[in-house]
Amino acid sequence: MNRPDWDIVTGWIREDARVLDLGCGDGALLRHLIAKRSVRGVGMEVDDERVARGVAADLNIIQADLDDGIRDWFGQHSFDYVLVSQTIQAIRRPERLLGEMLDIASEGIVTFPNMGYWRNRWQLGVQGMMPTTKALPNPWYNTPNIHLCTLRDFESLCEGLGIEILDRAVVDQNRRSSPLLRALPNWFGEHAIYRIRKRVV
Amino acid sequence: MSESTAKNPPVGGATHQPGSVGLVEPQTAHIDTPLLLDCGRRIEEYDLVYETYGELNARADNAVLICHALSGDHHAAGRHRPEDRKPGWWDTAIGPGKPIDTDRFFVVCVNNLGGCKGSTGPLSDNPETGRPYGPDFPILTVRDWVNSQHALMRRLGISRWAAVTGGSLGGMQVMQWAISYPEAIAHAVVIAAAPKLSAQNIAFNEVARQAIITDPDFHDGRYAEHGAIPRRGLMLARMLGHITYLSDDAMRAKFGRELRSGKVQYGFDVEFQVESYLRYQGTSFVDRFDANTYLLMTKALDYFDPAAEADDDLATALAPATARFLVVSFTSDWRFSPVRSKEIVRALLATGKSVSYAEVEAHQGHDAFLMPIPYYHQVLRGYFDNIARTMTEEGVE
Repeated sequence: MNRPDWDIVTGWIREDARVLDLGCGDGALLRHLIAKRSVRGVGMEVDDERVARGVAADLNIIQADLDDGIRDWFGQHSFDYVLVSQTIQAIRRPERLLGEMLDIASEGIVTFPNMGYWRNRWQLGVQGMMPTTKALPNPWYNTPNIHLCTLRDFESLCEGLGIEILDRAVVDQNRRSSPLLRALPNWFGEHAIYRIRKRVV
Repeated sequence: MSESTAKNPPVGGATHQPGSVGLVEPQTAHIDTPLLLDCGRRIEEYDLVYETYGELNARADNAVLICHALSGDHHAAGRHRPEDRKPGWWDTAIGPGKPIDTDRFFVVCVNNLGGCKGSTGPLSDNPETGRPYGPDFPILTVRDWVNSQHALMRRLGISRWAAVTGGSLGGMQVMQWAISYPEAIAHAVVIAAAPKLSAQNIAFNEVARQAIITDPDFHDGRYAEHGAIPRRGLMLARMLGHITYLSDDAMRAKFGRELRSGKVQYGFDVEFQVESYLRYQGTSFVDRFDANTYLLMTKALDYFDPAAEADDDLATALAPATARFLVVSFTSDWRFSPVRSKEIVRALLATGKSVSYAEVEAHQGHDAFLMPIPYYHQVLRGYFDNIARTMTEEGVE
């Protein structure tokens, strides 16, 4: 089963690229990219069960906590792409991770649930409750998502960090695009997908 | 580096229970190709004692070499006699249906050269003198061992191991295999190891050696000729080793401050359970291990440092390796801590090698690598399942 952001991510990745997937879960996206793009992939994951499943699926998985930083593990420019798929919102210091990502790879690909999505705004702004949706299924008191943001939040962080946005895509849960979505992405995009790199000064 | 210290080994009892390789018998290979050692000396011919479990398939591509640690030997699984109290030292992982599944793999475990369990070592006769080598046995390195294991591999009709696997000092042999014979090893499984010993590690080894060497019964290593055994020294060395193989937590959980007789005696006899345990481990070790071999093994540990020949760059040292790697460490292992395994993983990643790394939450310290910890065995099993699958696919082509 593909998650909503996979097709777009796959479309952005070159054949035979070296790819690091941070917070790779059981490695499903890596497997997808190996099948579709023949990438050479490495996954990083902290959870025992998921690491074991990734290893059993014949993937290269490094068990480590992203909150401890990734710079220790990899040299500069070790990868063509570093992915953080649906993970950045659960990281203690997302801004540090973004910087480290672009040290070790020429490009980063970041996907996250958009807090600015209209249903989220409706639930918070009108109903006055923390949103729970398909993209954000957990209640506020028990969620790994500690750093939720909107498209505008993310873009302003990138600006501050000297990160250039090469591509942006937004989709709803059903991976549909629409004129409305394209016109007002921060309202109608449920998931955001960014391709980024260090701004060349 | 040690045998399992579990009071009640999880696998025990009858020999024919499911999952056991059953009764096994050691074999001896006499190798008459001279072995040139790192120390500059030569061994003209030598014996290697080994055990095998499972069957070598027709393509001879299902062989797995198990490398033992400091005090281990060739008896990794099964029992020699039905009445044996304990099975081989890694019986938890090797057997039918176990992570290293003997229904699919042909598993080989060798008593390393310099050992005291039948392979040529200090207890063997020196052909030059006709007397046991004793302290005159050449100092060996991990690379010397790997070269001798390579000779055995050819003798067994194997040109490439599906995997070479080992924990602790055994893990160092695995790394050396990947460096020395890249074409002869498809997968390298390096468990609770380090790319070289730390100063602290060498210090522990030195205290162990001094305990043995300063024992009045040591007689400069010629104790056999004097009809003596440096019991106290070897026992102290083993006791020290055991402290470092366990974690503080494991010791607390196992013994706490429990007293044998329920109250303090105000004396120097055994009072605390931990003292009793250590003395038992020490004395039983003396009965099954040779002091000169212990000295040799600790030196091999101290000398291992593949990066030393590559400008102290481990990535360069590992560059020749073509094997895929699985590296495993245990959180409470302070003798070969996860930090040391990460050095190995980083070096492999730096040159784009294929590597997976699992850091297993365990309270047992260094000894954890011998324990059937569910997550640890799940990872091992998954990894070996893949190896088996690749063999089948290659065979079909």
